[in-house]
Amino acid sequence: MDIKKLTLEEIRNLIESRVIKVRDVTEFYLKRAKELQEKTNAFITLDEENILNQVENLEKELERGFKGKLTGVPIAIKDNICTKNIRTTCASKILYNFIPPYDATVVERLKKEGAIIFGKTNMDEFAMGSSNETSYFGPVKNPWDWDRIPGGSSGGSAVAISAIQAPASLGSDTGGSIRQPASLCGVIGMKPTYGRVSRYGLIAFGSSLDQIGPFARTTKDCALVLEVISGYDPKDSTSINRENPEYSKGLSKDIRGLKIGVPKEYFIDGVEEDIVVNIQKAIDTFKNLGAEIYEISLPHTKYGIAVYYLIATAEASSNLARYDGVKYGYRAQNVKDLKQMYIKTKKEGFGEEVKRRIMLGTFSLASGYYDAYYKKASKVRTLIKQDFMSAFEKVDVILCPTSPTTAFKIGEKSNDPIQMYLSDIFTINVNLAGVPAMSIPCGFDRKGLPIGMQIMGNYFEEQKILNTSYAYESAVGGFKFSPFQEE
Amino acid sequence: MAEINKELVKYIATLARLEFDEDELDDFTEKFRRILEYVEQLKELKVDEIEPTYHINVNYTSMREDEINQSLEISEVLKNAPDKKDNFFRVPRVVE
Repeated sequence: MDIKKLTLEEIRNLIESRVIKVRDVTEFYLKRAKELQEKTNAFITLDEENILNQVENLEKELERGFKGKLTGVPIAIKDNICTKNIRTTCASKILYNFIPPYDATVVERLKKEGAIIFGKTNMDEFAMGSSNETSYFGPVKNPWDWDRIPGGSSGGSAVAISAIQAPASLGSDTGGSIRQPASLCGVIGMKPTYGRVSRYGLIAFGSSLDQIGPFARTTKDCALVLEVISGYDPKDSTSINRENPEYSKGLSKDIRGLKIGVPKEYFIDGVEEDIVVNIQKAIDTFKNLGAEIYEISLPHTKYGIAVYYLIATAEASSNLARYDGVKYGYRAQNVKDLKQMYIKTKKEGFGEEVKRRIMLGTFSLASGYYDAYYKKASKVRTLIKQDFMSAFEKVDVILCPTSPTTAFKIGEKSNDPIQMYLSDIFTINVNLAGVPAMSIPCGFDRKGLPIGMQIMGNYFEEQKILNTSYAYESAVGGFKFSPFQEE
Repeated sequence: MAEINKELVKYIATLARLEFDEDELDDFTEKFRRILEYVEQLKELKVDEIEPTYHINVNYTSMREDEINQSLEISEVLKNAPDKKDNFFRVPRVVE
């Protein structure tokens, strides 16, 4: 039995029918995770004792006839999602020792379906970054080329899949933090509709933008994890109370008549030629599958980055005020009074990019600047949202590149915030509008680096996006998600 | 555009309870200025008549019954405290 090749459904079925043991699967991934950790740095915490305890408990449950949707499936969790009794750091010095006393709702839901909560994955500090270079625990490396970044901020969760250190993982996406690393690592990543998945226990960055979502190898795996984590949660007032479909059962390859919009603003100068060529090829594939292709326009696309860096930072400056050394995490020593404790704790505890965003957000909200910056940005956000709403009156899904470039070199953009921010230009507007979107593999560039294609959908139309992906995946004969796939 | 200089950066830092060393300040101010120059492009758009979007699901806000539920034990909550005494977080002196 080659455990490495099993889909999530196969793992579950083989375990529930007692062909393989929970322990076999978890130990296989633990071994891989540990062996490759030095190369990938994908994990911040890999609590073997805790993981093996979960295995033991699940084995006992199986004796009593337990059945779940993800029985025995190890799922790696981004380190900004709270896991009870497992350290959760947000890749920041300021939370280096934080051990949550509770589970995030998504973690609770995974456990209920029999999943094994695997290692905690590396990320940009507080999910602020597009390259995974701002982590207090060091950068994550891209398995397709160890000198390159994996994207960010959920770099560790993407690499865990493409290096086969876990069969599935969770990330969070505020401006592209699931889709962009998925694209750069050649795996699937999905940001659900805002409100589809509970944010309870997700350490907040930009509360009106943040959403948790899965990374996976196949569309079906992605659909399965998504249906488990989705659904209304009374603990998150922004989670939405409506029907939660079983996406994995609803999958269909038949996309005849599907209206696909291709936005001209996503094929501008600066998008690498190989990416454009590969997306064009994918469009031809969709035509052959019976989809109808329309050129559309999302006219306010180019303002997304500016809007995002005023709104997301404003929300972050408020959310991160809580790290003051009082209740948890790092506290500066040798201070003369409370105010100095606050200041020194933040000064010593936060990295440069986090400080920059707190500053930017504080500025955007400050008296005298609020109208010209935060409020203005929020008005342009309305225009961006309207772009999508009118587009979805004409088409079912929108197809475009996930990122204008493939993976860049470590250090290449780390000293130039604007260049770094621009790497999210194709993912950010989806968060501003709150619609769902997915990045799926779409071939390789001339350097052998993975290219990602983004499929965006209307509010709560995750199933349509997944079906579009499923049809493409089947037509191309499956995805090459890892350089180690055939080993 | 607001003039971005070291004084403004220091002022914003005070509001955010942050602090920069003099030798970090030049680099930080310069990068801060470049970002604010970039966002100036929003000036191209006329938005006087547009309502701002602060939140996506304004029409959906879900309500629940106000029931008493079990919350975390105080001892659990205090486990992560850098300093504590009895059932409290302990902090340095607040008043003279």
